[in-house]
Amino acid sequence: MNTESLGAIFLNACLVNNFVLAYFLGICPFLGVSGKVETASKMGGAVMFVMLISSMCAYGIHAGLVAINAPYLQLISYIVVIASTVQLVEMFIKKMSPALFRSLGIFLPLITTNCAILGVALFQTNKGYGFLESVIYALGAGVGFTIALLLIAGLREQLNFAEVPGISKGTALTLFIAGILSLCFMGFAGLGA
Amino acid sequence: MSKENSGSGQKAVTTDEFIKGLWRDNPVFVQVLGMCPVLAVSNTAENALAMGLATAFVLLMSNILVSLLRNFVPKQVRIASYILIIATFVTVTDYAIQAISVELYKSLGAFISLIVVNCLILSRAEAFASKNTLWKSILDALGMGVGFTFALFCLGAVREILGNGSIFNLPIFPEGFQNWIVMILPAGGFFTLAAWLLIINVIQTRKVKT
Repeated sequence: MNTESLGAIFLNACLVNNFVLAYFLGICPFLGVSGKVETASKMGGAVMFVMLISSMCAYGIHAGLVAINAPYLQLISYIVVIASTVQLVEMFIKKMSPALFRSLGIFLPLITTNCAILGVALFQTNKGYGFLESVIYALGAGVGFTIALLLIAGLREQLNFAEVPGISKGTALTLFIAGILSLCFMGFAGLGA
Repeated sequence: MSKENSGSGQKAVTTDEFIKGLWRDNPVFVQVLGMCPVLAVSNTAENALAMGLATAFVLLMSNILVSLLRNFVPKQVRIASYILIIATFVTVTDYAIQAISVELYKSLGAFISLIVVNCLILSRAEAFASKNTLWKSILDALGMGVGFTFALFCLGAVREILGNGSIFNLPIFPEGFQNWIVMILPAGGFFTLAAWLLIINVIQTRKVKT
């Protein structure tokens, strides 16, 4: 069993082992929608919500699969739950705020293939977290994802005004910034221990 | 994402489907797809190669199945069924690697399961295999798989040589070489990939000029 305190779990998932900058999960939306701070914050919110729901479901599924002794179904059932949660969020946002729906565009359905979400579900199972711990872990991961997305979006907005060599425009430059950010986040090591 | 126009492709030489994945449409360097495993497990050449081969296997099998079933799967539920097909093969790979080498399984960790959400595989299923014949889909998967493995190996080799002073666990530098620890750390993954992209940008701008 796990003896970490809930605060330590949160800090660990959010800063020390930031999902984007330390585990490289969710890089696709990280590179794709990090152009503007506004879109990035909405994307972060949507991802956090899906993460929370799927983490709770994953806990239930894992318990069920252990009970019927069928661990090989784990991956398949996790991905189905995530896909249906994303569908639900998509319908919800479309109904509540059509403007937000349009601004997120293709990246909303693509949350399904966001590795960070499946990553949360798999890691919490591997670490043997209980229900409350899983929820806190998912929350921390979601907050960490949003922080990383916002940081890089802010930097990229400013970089639009900078003169950079032509060959480094686009993905290469974003990756360099991400690398430097990742170095910065290493400073948090040992914080949650 | 992908540039091929599948409708008018009858005349195209079939070998082209294979070759395009290696360089012109390389999944990592040109399309920038499937970044998560690329950065996460490329800290040694061995891990990178294993991950590349596992992904290539899943890509090949799912492309075959998707292509065979392309006339039977209703359009509305196609993405969900592709994901299920992929998840099945990933589970197979997961257990296979566990049986072959427990050590390798431990060092790759949860990233084998995360092949499911590798955008590369889903995008090949959706953009290519669902519209093309079995033979073409196999060639496409092989090309993309080899291209992906090649790119992963490029990253892994650079990171292991600089960060650990070795390649495939064989030391290559004389005594006293100071390892660049940063290359093994997460930040090194970002830097190495960015550097490769820079080199490729330089090559391509040269080509356009001449």
